[in-house]
Amino acid sequence: MNYEAVIGLEVHVQLRTRTKMFCGCENEFGAAPNTRTCPVCLGLPGALPTPNHAAIHLVALTGLMLGCEIAPRCKFDRKSYFYPDMPKNYQISQYDLPTCRGGGLEIMRESYPKDAQKKVVAGRYIRLVRIHLEEDVAKSFHFETASGIDFNRAGTPLMEIVTMPDLRSPEEAFAFLSTLKLVLLYGGVSDADMEKGQLRCDCNVSVRPVGQEELGTKVEIKNMNSISGVRRALAYEIERQTEMLRGGGRLTQETRRWDEAAGATFAMRGKEMAHDYRYFPEPDLLPVDTAAWLDDVRRRVPELPLARKRRFVEMLKVSDSNAGVLVADCALADWFEKAVKDVTNTQGVANLVVNDLLRELGAAGKGVTESPVAPEALGALVALTDAGRISSSQAKEVFVEMFRTGRAAAEIVTERGLEQVSDAGAIGKLCDEVLEGNAPIVVQIRAGNAKAVGNLVGQVMKLSKGKANPAMVNAVLHRKLGL
Amino acid sequence: MELHEFTVSEAAATVRRREVSSTDLVRALLARMEALEPALGAMLHWDAEAALAEARARDAEPPIGPLHGVPIALKDNLSVKGQFCSCASRILQGYRAPYDATVVEKLRQAGAVLLGRTNMDEFAMGSSTESSVICPTRNPWDFERTPGGSSGGSAAAVAARESFAALGSDTGGSIRQPAAFCGCVGLKPTYGRVSRYGLVAFASSLDQIGPLARDAQDAARILHAISGPDPRDSTSLPDAPPDFVAALGRGIRRLKLGLPREYFSGGMDADVEQAVRAAVRVLEGLGAEAVEISLPHTEHAVAAYYVLATAEASANLARFDGVRYGRRAENPADPLEMYGRTRAEGFGAEVKRRIILGTYVLSSGYHDAYYLHAQKVRTLIRRDFRQAFERCDVLLTPTTPSPAFKLGEKIQDPLQMYLADIFTIAANLAGVCALSLTCGFVEREKKLPVGLQIIGPWMGEETLFRVAGAYEQASAWHKEAPLG
Ligand SMILES: [Zn+2]
Repeated sequence: MNYEAVIGLEVHVQLRTRTKMFCGCENEFGAAPNTRTCPVCLGLPGALPTPNHAAIHLVALTGLMLGCEIAPRCKFDRKSYFYPDMPKNYQISQYDLPTCRGGGLEIMRESYPKDAQKKVVAGRYIRLVRIHLEEDVAKSFHFETASGIDFNRAGTPLMEIVTMPDLRSPEEAFAFLSTLKLVLLYGGVSDADMEKGQLRCDCNVSVRPVGQEELGTKVEIKNMNSISGVRRALAYEIERQTEMLRGGGRLTQETRRWDEAAGATFAMRGKEMAHDYRYFPEPDLLPVDTAAWLDDVRRRVPELPLARKRRFVEMLKVSDSNAGVLVADCALADWFEKAVKDVTNTQGVANLVVNDLLRELGAAGKGVTESPVAPEALGALVALTDAGRISSSQAKEVFVEMFRTGRAAAEIVTERGLEQVSDAGAIGKLCDEVLEGNAPIVVQIRAGNAKAVGNLVGQVMKLSKGKANPAMVNAVLHRKLGL
Repeated sequence: MELHEFTVSEAAATVRRREVSSTDLVRALLARMEALEPALGAMLHWDAEAALAEARARDAEPPIGPLHGVPIALKDNLSVKGQFCSCASRILQGYRAPYDATVVEKLRQAGAVLLGRTNMDEFAMGSSTESSVICPTRNPWDFERTPGGSSGGSAAAVAARESFAALGSDTGGSIRQPAAFCGCVGLKPTYGRVSRYGLVAFASSLDQIGPLARDAQDAARILHAISGPDPRDSTSLPDAPPDFVAALGRGIRRLKLGLPREYFSGGMDADVEQAVRAAVRVLEGLGAEAVEISLPHTEHAVAAYYVLATAEASANLARFDGVRYGRRAENPADPLEMYGRTRAEGFGAEVKRRIILGTYVLSSGYHDAYYLHAQKVRTLIRRDFRQAFERCDVLLTPTTPSPAFKLGEKIQDPLQMYLADIFTIAANLAGVCALSLTCGFVEREKKLPVGLQIIGPWMGEETLFRVAGAYEQASAWHKEAPLG
């Protein structure tokens, strides 16, 4: 029997705000332990939360980017459980009136793992259940004989995105998270770095015989700290569940912990998961009416990666694969848009950016915002090739020099004497010289071997030290040979 | 007249005229405390040197506010930077607040001097101050009786002239009931009138901080100093405080006084009812008009209150776990055991009872039947009041069905203790303001004060003060003092 996996994700996203969710402490990663705390985020007796509206706006912005319905009125609730990392032993969260409901995300082809591009199912749309806002917990550190808690993270804004069980494979989950991450970066909602814990993902996964409508027993897996870790954990877990069912075993609904080093999931102890959260409305906070500011947030919705890619392909004639590479990095796509601003050969720019710029940046260990070549300067380089002043292979050479020195293209071209010869008289002379010296080839051509012209073109180019305009050489030779 | 006999108004005026110094006042009150405290138990702790230092600082500068140099005591559930804040609980043993409550900031801005910290029921859970783990407070009118609670220490300290006034907190009657038992004026402001920032929460949607004072004028002065919007409390209301003192003399001609039928339908002591009815006649004589009205959902108030208040308390008190501050059980094997033992050792019986009750009513399977149901009752009670205030300006009721009861009388019977708040709870559920003042005395073994409760609409404190001011003009009960 064949089995298929059914996967739903709960994605936690740390929001990029100046301050924490319910107090004025800085929301900052990497500060010295317990230096970003106050009575509110330490849960001291008598301290009260006040909402960070910027965080609520970011959740609404995310909802708008993902096509969710934004609640006209949302509210906060208390979710109770005891945990050393949680200062109040309840978490302020949103229970029955989350900020966003519904919506979904179309997975981008480029988001699939490189080795799984063949498994891509085009246009997969993953529906969302809801997006809500809550406060993050502190972080524990365990020493030899004691534990310590750093409360810098306690009370920072955390957004939870819950998907429908629409995902069908580890690769799809990987791709969904990658596309989602890109959307979050585009919106400036989060830095979404999973390794830094800015993006965290719990997976609900079950398997069922192909064709069966009813869902199998759901297992929750936790503790993955990279998107590829999510893929590995899911692959392991699906395999485990399938084997279990094939062997006639029964699965139990449980929470399992992914152990990256062991490459396996392990059941968590019962008391770590059996919670009755006893939700009730947070009496210290008033409900939030979203209508008052939703239009302002709507104006902040950016063009999303998929739409941008389509525009690059359709309007700027960029190849599908180049467009995919460009939009995968918002800053790179921005850079590209600046470079093509006054250029007609947008495809040429895209080629240089995707092949040459990225290669040089990679070698130099730099990001696109640190590129020594300004986007306008690259545009000027492509303008030179378009005007026929240098060949495209020369352009690549010039680009390397631009990257090395930061100098302008025209300057390098002049200095190196790279300018193409496009003077018909001069090219005619060179062609005559080559035709004279290659009588046997001329005979072959006349006998019908038109391909041999290429050989002659190459010789003319060589004679011109590469400066002749190859297109003109080709045309002149054809004319002279009467082709 | 001795210094400790001053009211807040008298103390403020004499300091302003430089006839006495703030230091003199603090010394007089400290002496009074030294003399009475061993028997009374109204104060939990005080720092004489710190209070004197504050007083000297006030004496060294021109008046900075209307309460300049006036010592005021605070219930021990309010945060004062650097001071203990025990809530009369073992679990907060050794905890010093690292910040000031908003009301403390505001009192300081008004020039007040912080005198000391008053006794209370543990975490404000109780109606007799007997659940304080330190000691019970005695009623200054009869040491065999309780001062009420949970702000019993504040009420006793004011009645015994250990402090000119005190702040308390009121979740279901915790200011008004002890004020009635001790013969003070006690005010629970409209929910949101006074910032709760820095008040150790019992039930967040019901708690309000308010004054206990000798007369209505003092209560008005203190309310004015502590109320107003606070960006640190999302539930505080935007209204700036009006001139409450001016309202005292505005008279009550043509005011409609509502007498809720459900509060006068038996169940209270005959002499208490007599005192209240006599007070109504005094007010009628001053030009007001009494009408009978109905608050039909009154009988469900106590039940709804104990569901909602305990539900919120079960979450509010979850933070006392020994991880960050206060008491921690010794050598726990793991976090779970640390929680269990810290809380088992740190909380008293009444607090545990309420945490368990609150946890139960929120548990899955019971949430709808209890918590949700109680929320619906609360909505109905709020509607009762809205409809009543369409017909009248204030409501008059007894504050309690009986005068102060005896120490130990109800401590073994939680239900009887809960019913001590039967007349005060609805105002908290509705969020309206209410004031208790003395409207007479009844004879038991000793003479005991009787409280008249005046309930006003949302943000209707000015009307409360009009009625209270008029009544005090026409009576002298508030001038009676225990202990000679
Ligand atoms: Zn903070």
